[in-house]
Amino acid sequence: MSFETVCQHILAPTELNSDKLESVLASMYQHELDYADLFFQSSRHESWVLEDGIVKEGSFNIEKGVGVRAISGEKTGFAYSDQLSMAALQQAANAARGIAGAGQNGKIKILTPKPAPLIYPELDPLACLEKEAKISLLKQVDAYARSLDPAVTQVIVSMAAVYEEMLVAASDGTFASDIRPLIRFNCSVLAEKNGRRERGSSGGGGRHSMAYFTEQVEGQQRAFGYAKEAVRQALVNLEAIDAPAGAMPVVLGAGWPGVLLHEAVGHGLEGDFNRKGASAFSGRVGEKVASEHCTIVDDGTLANRRGSVTVDDEGTPGQYTVLIENGILKGYMQDKLNARLMGVAPTGNGRRESYAHLPMPRMTNTYMLAGQYEHDELIASVKKGIYAPNFGGGQVDITSGKFVFSASEAYLIEDGKVTAPIKGATLIGNGPEAMSKVSMVANNLALDAGVGVCGKDGQSVPVGVGQPSLKLDEMTIGGTN
Amino acid sequence: MDSSRLIAQEQAQLKQAVADAVSMATKLGADQAEVAVSRQTGISVNTRMTEVENIEFNHDGALGISVYVDGRKGNSSTSDISQESIARAVQAAIEIAKHTSQDPFSGLADPELLERAPQDLDLFHPASLDPDEGLSIAKACEEIALNADSRIVNSDGASYSSHLGIKVYGNSHDYVQSYLTSRHSLSCVLIAQQGDEMQRDYSYTMARNSADLWQPEQVAKEAIERSVARLGARKIDTCSCPVLFSADSAVSLFGHLVNAISGGSLYRQSSFLLERLNTQVFPPWFNISERPHILGGLASSPYDAEGVKTQDRDIILNGDLNSYLLTSYSGRKLGMPTTGHAGGIHNWFVNSNHGDLQDMLRQLGTGLYVTELMGQGVNAVSGDYSRGAAGFWVENGEIAFPVHEVTIASNLKDMFMGIQAVGSDVDLRSSLRTGSVLIDNMKVAGS
Repeated sequence: MSFETVCQHILAPTELNSDKLESVLASMYQHELDYADLFFQSSRHESWVLEDGIVKEGSFNIEKGVGVRAISGEKTGFAYSDQLSMAALQQAANAARGIAGAGQNGKIKILTPKPAPLIYPELDPLACLEKEAKISLLKQVDAYARSLDPAVTQVIVSMAAVYEEMLVAASDGTFASDIRPLIRFNCSVLAEKNGRRERGSSGGGGRHSMAYFTEQVEGQQRAFGYAKEAVRQALVNLEAIDAPAGAMPVVLGAGWPGVLLHEAVGHGLEGDFNRKGASAFSGRVGEKVASEHCTIVDDGTLANRRGSVTVDDEGTPGQYTVLIENGILKGYMQDKLNARLMGVAPTGNGRRESYAHLPMPRMTNTYMLAGQYEHDELIASVKKGIYAPNFGGGQVDITSGKFVFSASEAYLIEDGKVTAPIKGATLIGNGPEAMSKVSMVANNLALDAGVGVCGKDGQSVPVGVGQPSLKLDEMTIGGTN
Repeated sequence: MDSSRLIAQEQAQLKQAVADAVSMATKLGADQAEVAVSRQTGISVNTRMTEVENIEFNHDGALGISVYVDGRKGNSSTSDISQESIARAVQAAIEIAKHTSQDPFSGLADPELLERAPQDLDLFHPASLDPDEGLSIAKACEEIALNADSRIVNSDGASYSSHLGIKVYGNSHDYVQSYLTSRHSLSCVLIAQQGDEMQRDYSYTMARNSADLWQPEQVAKEAIERSVARLGARKIDTCSCPVLFSADSAVSLFGHLVNAISGGSLYRQSSFLLERLNTQVFPPWFNISERPHILGGLASSPYDAEGVKTQDRDIILNGDLNSYLLTSYSGRKLGMPTTGHAGGIHNWFVNSNHGDLQDMLRQLGTGLYVTELMGQGVNAVSGDYSRGAAGFWVENGEIAFPVHEVTIASNLKDMFMGIQAVGSDVDLRSSLRTGSVLIDNMKVAGS
């Protein structure tokens, strides 16, 4: 159904249709190309921000355009237009095909739609809740956050919804579409006590209807749960003591701390870096790159997840890809270009920020499978170390393998017990080395709440991360004490 | 085709579109309206291992609209700037404003503050947008880089880009202004190898005028030096020591200052420098000045994102915080006039009180020289600072060996007060110009 809907919305208002798209692709193939594609995108974005108890900002953004790509060997030509017309499309196509010289070397395949199974609903989240109801929810969450503790002095609540349609037509016959709803809710609070101020924030979302935020979870609407969690974190941080400095055992909590895998392993296993031999994991398929407790997958097929894709931005269906199995490197994440050049199949990881950006191998939802231990056994095994259940962002140098991530909530572990909260600190390590130090993996696999954004080469895409609680025998903690 | 003439044509169209959108908004019931467009046209090309890799033709930039209806604000934007799309966007903004709250502090900048006769700041120097010319520059850079040192075994590519920009801002104080900009850059990322160890580093050059770009040789040379210098890096033991930030990594230190003294952080009580205006934040010899009207400057602008005239300003004067960075909105929230910082800072100059890098290393004596920072570990509310770092261990003013996989930690309040020296080795590529910065003591965590 989605395919007809998207064609109707994107192509019908213009003079474009599948025959015309084929003719544009065929005209590009008058140059010596290996591949060409046309990527159409149309999106609407609505957001609301409540601050100081009032709805301060609201915005509505429309983005629409087409990107045209031509590939010859390792070379890519790329042009795009925010006009959806035959003339604009042909102009972009002529520019992109200039990457290769003239000379017919093959025929394009007939465009053939192949429906992929839906993994999220084809709905418009902007339309599924009246503006009044959205505003009312923001106000209720604000009042609730303020009611939780007198130390709460500032509350910012925000809500965003995106409705995106994409359509891709390629010289290999791919003709695919996707309807991608994406919603997000955030609550950030400032708490003040005894002259000290700290922030806490929490949020979530995914490819859902807005009703997701008002569903009952643990006895309250989900959005209220974000407020409760934000306040809890701020209050914990108000009590935090200086973090220690140096190398020690670290227990990472389940869920969002999966940022570890995203940075330590994920980026280094993207096909482009490995084709170029630029990654610390290059040429190491079949080798042991992590402890035997580690099985790590990238999974674009999880229902309603923020990082999921019915099809990726090249029309390849989202997939479940085992990256590391019991510590052995199994394979990389691929888009079509890098897959072809490395002689493997694409893995549904060809993603792009928008029509105005080139696709690259990107993660979807990356997580570690559950192990045997109870969470408490991990804590009990540490004499002196750190327990970190919440993180901010991270970064990696994929060539040296060095990565960092910053704890936003952390505690000391002393004699097998979680004790005092410590101030946020950066943890640093080397990807393959850190993964070899994973000595215990718990049975509590959880995915993050749905707020992840991954940046690469200036392009942002939504992603998911997850893991069970796990113990690293040693990591460097960047505290001051 | 003559790109300058096309740009001039597009500029006229965009000015008209902005003026039309403003008047449409007021006709539809907005008390005030403002519209901004920033549109770029250009090319980005890159080579890898001296072969062509990508050629991109860029043409981007959305039109953004804010309307104020009875003290309520609504925003919208559209990437398509056809008349129908703009009309829809104006309507969408008005629709949004029906649902936001009245905010007594909202609204346009006061009309008397607007820059109605902007000076030409020499920001527009179009260059050829022929991808082949860009490719030959990128290729030349990589060829030099890959043939100069046997330890440079791989490249992540060289990129050349050239972009022309049109900025238009208009509001319902009967105001529309526009200016043209250009930006050209060349960068190169190299990978050095020794045994199993691989290290990457890069170099770049950026300028308004392509004639001011470094030659490809210079970019290649710096990228080689930086990548090769990292080989053999090791961790060091956890310790406390003085830390010297290289000129390019020191830029981020003052970036944290920008954040801390920006109106939005201040009225949200989310800054470690609350209530610190006109008090000492840096040592008494330390100064930062802002000069928005430097001809050809990378962060020069005659007016800010609200049309407010920009002016020279001392940010830090004799160690004291001399100015916040305010917009009309944050200024009203704080009961102060705007400082013309809607859209960010302009060119900053951190004064130097010492000599070149050699001199700064001698000042450091024995400690850590940081050339790269990783991660986001800065708490804007408390000033707590903890970031990943790489660089060199220095003994008695001489570089001893490269260091990686360590963190450096302190609190920004202490780091600012603990600045011992600023070098004359200014990184001229940044719009926030500083030399290397020596801080008396930080915690370095390693093994």
